Amino acid sequence: MSLQQHTGGPSKPLVEVGQEVKLGQKIADGSSFISAALHASVAGKVVEIAPHPHPAGGEVTAIVIENDGSDEWAEGIGPKGSLESLSPEQIREIVKEAGIVGLGGAAFPTHVKINPPPDKPIEYLVLNGCECEAYLTTDHRLMIERTEDIAFGGKALAKALGVKKVIVGVERNKPEAIAAFQEIAARDDLFQVESLEVKYPQGAEKQLVYCLLGREVPSRGLPADVGVVVQNVATAAAVADAINKGWPLIKRVITVSGTGVQEPKNVEVRVGTPVKDAIEFAGGYNGTPGKVLMGGPMTGIAVHTTEVPVMKGTSGIIVVPREDVKQYDPSPCIRCGRCVDACPAYLMPVTIANFAEKGMLQEADQYGAMDCIECGCCTYVCPAKRFLLHWIQLAKHQLLALKRQNG
Amino acid sequence: MDENIQLIVSTAPHLRDEDSVSMIMYSVVWALLPATVCAVYFFRGRAIGIILTCIIVALLAEAAAQRLRGVPATLWDGSALVTGLLLALNLPPTVPWWMAVLGTAVAIVIGKQVFGGLGHNPFNPALVGRAFLLAAFPVQMTTWITPFDAVSASTPLAQGAGGIYGYGHLYLGLVPGSLGETSAFALLLGALYLLYREYIDWRIPVGYLGTVAVISLLAGQDPIFQLLSGGLMLGALFMATDMVTTPITRAGRWIFGIGAGVILMVIRLWGAMPEGVTYSILIMNGLTPLLNRWTRPRIFGHGGVKAHE
Repeated sequence: MSLQQHTGGPSKPLVEVGQEVKLGQKIADGSSFISAALHASVAGKVVEIAPHPHPAGGEVTAIVIENDGSDEWAEGIGPKGSLESLSPEQIREIVKEAGIVGLGGAAFPTHVKINPPPDKPIEYLVLNGCECEAYLTTDHRLMIERTEDIAFGGKALAKALGVKKVIVGVERNKPEAIAAFQEIAARDDLFQVESLEVKYPQGAEKQLVYCLLGREVPSRGLPADVGVVVQNVATAAAVADAINKGWPLIKRVITVSGTGVQEPKNVEVRVGTPVKDAIEFAGGYNGTPGKVLMGGPMTGIAVHTTEVPVMKGTSGIIVVPREDVKQYDPSPCIRCGRCVDACPAYLMPVTIANFAEKGMLQEADQYGAMDCIECGCCTYVCPAKRFLLHWIQLAKHQLLALKRQNG
Repeated sequence: MDENIQLIVSTAPHLRDEDSVSMIMYSVVWALLPATVCAVYFFRGRAIGIILTCIIVALLAEAAAQRLRGVPATLWDGSALVTGLLLALNLPPTVPWWMAVLGTAVAIVIGKQVFGGLGHNPFNPALVGRAFLLAAFPVQMTTWITPFDAVSASTPLAQGAGGIYGYGHLYLGLVPGSLGETSAFALLLGALYLLYREYIDWRIPVGYLGTVAVISLLAGQDPIFQLLSGGLMLGALFMATDMVTTPITRAGRWIFGIGAGVILMVIRLWGAMPEGVTYSILIMNGLTPLLNRWTRPRIFGHGGVKAHE
């Protein structure tokens, strides 16, 4: 179980090698304001606390637990009481103690999101039901199978935030999910359902807020700056579990898909499950795998080993067979401007990428490199097959490093 | 599960659109086919000779220049083919063969390869070739013949509106002129295909042609005559829409088209030459880097916070 499951500082281990842990026991705690707690997803013995392959590349300290198969719950796991009996502070505390992070992919700690500074009044909670990418269908299934839980979680989050309106944004190609939430909205004024155009990246937080409310989140700001908090529907379901059952975030639903697996399916897996086990569960490889992606085809990470564990923020595992992996040889830019037309942040990707390629960081910054949401649209449309996003990401990393250096 | 599987690692995104540079280039060639057929139909053997000469020389010049530069040959990306064909369609049917060779070599070598090849040239290579020939051999470059019977004649533009050619002649191309410029119908047909494939941006031709029409009206000229005569259709639909030498922003493309229209009408109305499509586009090509800088889109989130409803 990696100590870096979320956006922010890594978690601090609370256990030692050799110690017995129970299912759901807190084994690491948040280290800083933006960080999250981590809980054992199996009962057993801690066998190792050491660097372990991380999906983002390289190695990050992880706690390795040997499953004793007993699934014996830790003490104190149980319902936290009715929503009416809980105060907003208590809800925030439950969410924090459960180690819940955004399950859409970015894995931003949820308790931070629902605790905005007092000078930023929040008017709306948006439940994001737009699948963040093609291939992934977990949000869709959750919305149909766990509608009530999502609504409950939404209510709890709304109470924590003190908002009077929860907007559920669902893409138009999911009529069943829309119908399910319309039923909820019909009996509860708190909810409002909006069907949205099917397009990528509709699930991107800032773009979603703009589509739903016409509010533009300022550069480098958060939706809270325009009075909105966005939560993924799966996160809302996790909040419901934390309150109703007392479960910390130890499992999640992921899509295992792609033509490189035998039986593509959505599976509920425990956080920390090695990717290879999840693939095995979906019938194993179909042919020789070429790429194994954690996340979707547009933003997912191509992992170098299937030893990496499923993270809290892992929405899917996609296996691309070797024969389907295309490797591109970029040719010179012909200045067609498609990347400019495609960019949902209204950037000039080619210009930023060119600056980045030449190491002209300040110029890349001036052209808005930091406003890139890394959706990959520019690179997708590029007829010259240039690695635009790759260069822009590099510029962003270097700019951030520079900023840290200069304090 | 086999633990020895080597996985391929790359940066996102892992999906790419099917379009490629060579697909775009060959589509332009397809789109020029109607105009090319018209050229051959109107001017017969002369047209075939010039078109083949330009294409072969373009490919040879590209290969030679890339060899000299020590870079891999990219003959099959289709870009040299497009340049050769476009230049051919921009030449008078009576042009001597050696002039076609010279113009094409200048287009490819001076217009494109010295800047670093495809994607790096600031000016449209075919127009560089044509501008060179126009400056060096003004007489041969403005000697015209009528279609079919090849009788010496002046162009409709030189005669002015109210000459012997009606709209129908101009639309179908039954007038003296460069090989591929005469038939507006054939050019529009090809351009519609490129618009459908989204390989050209409608903003440039609409801005260019619209500006010409408006200025013609204001100057008391016949706008339809102005639109259909000379190299305007060929220029507006196929040269001013060249991706490499035009702005990458939508606003920039509007300004590009309108600016080219203004320059063209200044040349046609007050200049010493009857025609100015080549120079109008080349001048706007030169302004393209500036236009890109001036028309940077407003980045999402930089508009200030929208007022709460």
